[in-house]
Amino acid sequence: MLCDICKSNEASVFLTQIIDGKSQNVNLCDSCSKEYNVTDPTGFALADLLLGLGAGQEIQKGAAGSVCPICGFTQADFKKTGRLGCSACYDVFPEQLTSLLKAVHKGTHHTGKIPARQHQSLLHRDRLKSLQDDLDHAIHDEDYEKAATLRDQIRDLPKEGAHAV
Amino acid sequence: MNISGITGNPGEWVKGDGSNHQIVISSRIRLARNLREMPFPGWAKKAERIGILEQIKKVVDNLPEMKSALSEYLQDLSALDKQILVERHLISREHAAKSTGSAVVVNPAQTLSMMINEEDHLRMQSLRPGLQLRGAYKLLDRVDTTLESQLDFAWHPQLGYLTACPTNVGTGMRASAMVHLPALVLGEQINQVIQAVNKIGLAVRGLYGEGTEAMGNLFQVSNQTTLGEKEEEIIARLTKVIETIIQHEENARISLLDKKPGVLLDQIGRAYGILTNSWSMASKEALNLLSFIRLGTDLRFFPEESRLPVDELFMETQPAHLQKSASRKLSAEERDSLRAEIIRHKLKSLPAPDSVKAKQSPGPSGDKPAPNDE
Repeated sequence: MLCDICKSNEASVFLTQIIDGKSQNVNLCDSCSKEYNVTDPTGFALADLLLGLGAGQEIQKGAAGSVCPICGFTQADFKKTGRLGCSACYDVFPEQLTSLLKAVHKGTHHTGKIPARQHQSLLHRDRLKSLQDDLDHAIHDEDYEKAATLRDQIRDLPKEGAHAV
Repeated sequence: MNISGITGNPGEWVKGDGSNHQIVISSRIRLARNLREMPFPGWAKKAERIGILEQIKKVVDNLPEMKSALSEYLQDLSALDKQILVERHLISREHAAKSTGSAVVVNPAQTLSMMINEEDHLRMQSLRPGLQLRGAYKLLDRVDTTLESQLDFAWHPQLGYLTACPTNVGTGMRASAMVHLPALVLGEQINQVIQAVNKIGLAVRGLYGEGTEAMGNLFQVSNQTTLGEKEEEIIARLTKVIETIIQHEENARISLLDKKPGVLLDQIGRAYGILTNSWSMASKEALNLLSFIRLGTDLRFFPEESRLPVDELFMETQPAHLQKSASRKLSAEERDSLRAEIIRHKLKSLPAPDSVKAKQSPGPSGDKPAPNDE
């Protein structure tokens, strides 16, 4: 198993912390474990490791050279500030942020409030997807009459949802 | 409304009439929102920040909830005025450090405040007396829904509301309650409580939030995670934990009255003696002593009428409030002497603690029936 931080050396230190009733694992190689001083269990939290230096490093390794096309933010800036540049940055470093979010939050998916305008486009997206699936099936089954109806339904979907997420 | 409208009125949430207001001073919900694909305040250039500010402020100023609000650009507020807003918990210390490109909007009742261009483009907060997290959220949710019809908030189907710091992503919500736990502190059980609360993913902080010291036996309990749970779930979980903390504090009070009445009476009596006879008092000492007067009122060592003046002193003896009342900048020494004077004056009619009356009372929170009495 490779070290979660440098991703090059074999991991030899295996850490498990129970946060909020959920166990979280980090596997580190000898040198990274020394670098982050994880041998002292009292002064160490996985979240700190992943949120602090670790997170910045992960972003650097995963998306070296990535620059947010909207705001020009880079991984080095994240390392420096611990904050992102704009909302689009979340799509520029997705994989790296996922492990960070996993470490500090209860889940990885938002289950709370959906803004009304997003709600409509999400409904639109779901409807479009289900119609498209049906259309694929109809074509596969060579039911062209049904396929034609479905095609018209897709074409006639309300325009306001056209720029779905 | 201008800033003196704020200082002239203690704010509805100080008047403490919410449920469990003896132990829970106030409940607060904060929501973080950002405009889609616009640089976050910490990354935006000055001109961009001002553009974002104007776009948001126009919409916020037009909210029906913000009729005759205090609405100020931060560069137009003096350092003292900003500090007053911090002491009222209407803006954060971080926001008070901002200037051009940031603004604050506060409703006249001081129960709703908006920080524009703090760490996020918009941080809105609803404040209620006592334990009323659900009520505070309901109001803020309504305001948020009005705002989102006019502002394009950054939202992601998987990650929810997108924020400058990944620790706030998802609901963007921080729910917190300020609790007064003198008996748990006196009984040396407070660290156990803090550790237990931390273990279940909630944070306990001092009086002014992150990184601040617990003074006056006041603590803030809040959620730490924002992604993976619905707003209502976070609030329900937090409310349940706070109710448990209230129960522990009440038990600790009963146990102190029962097992160490001498220690308790000594603490309250000393607090009374020092507060009513001092000619110089530091802010921290004042908070710690006032805490015991508040506890004494809860336990009926003092008449119920003393509750409001004592609660007001918690606010009025803060450094910026003192300087505002003196209408000039005061040295630390002058502040301490003015603070002692204000306290002596306000507590002049407070009778000495009455231990007989306290013992006759039905319990530490006599006006609230115990849960099994219902």
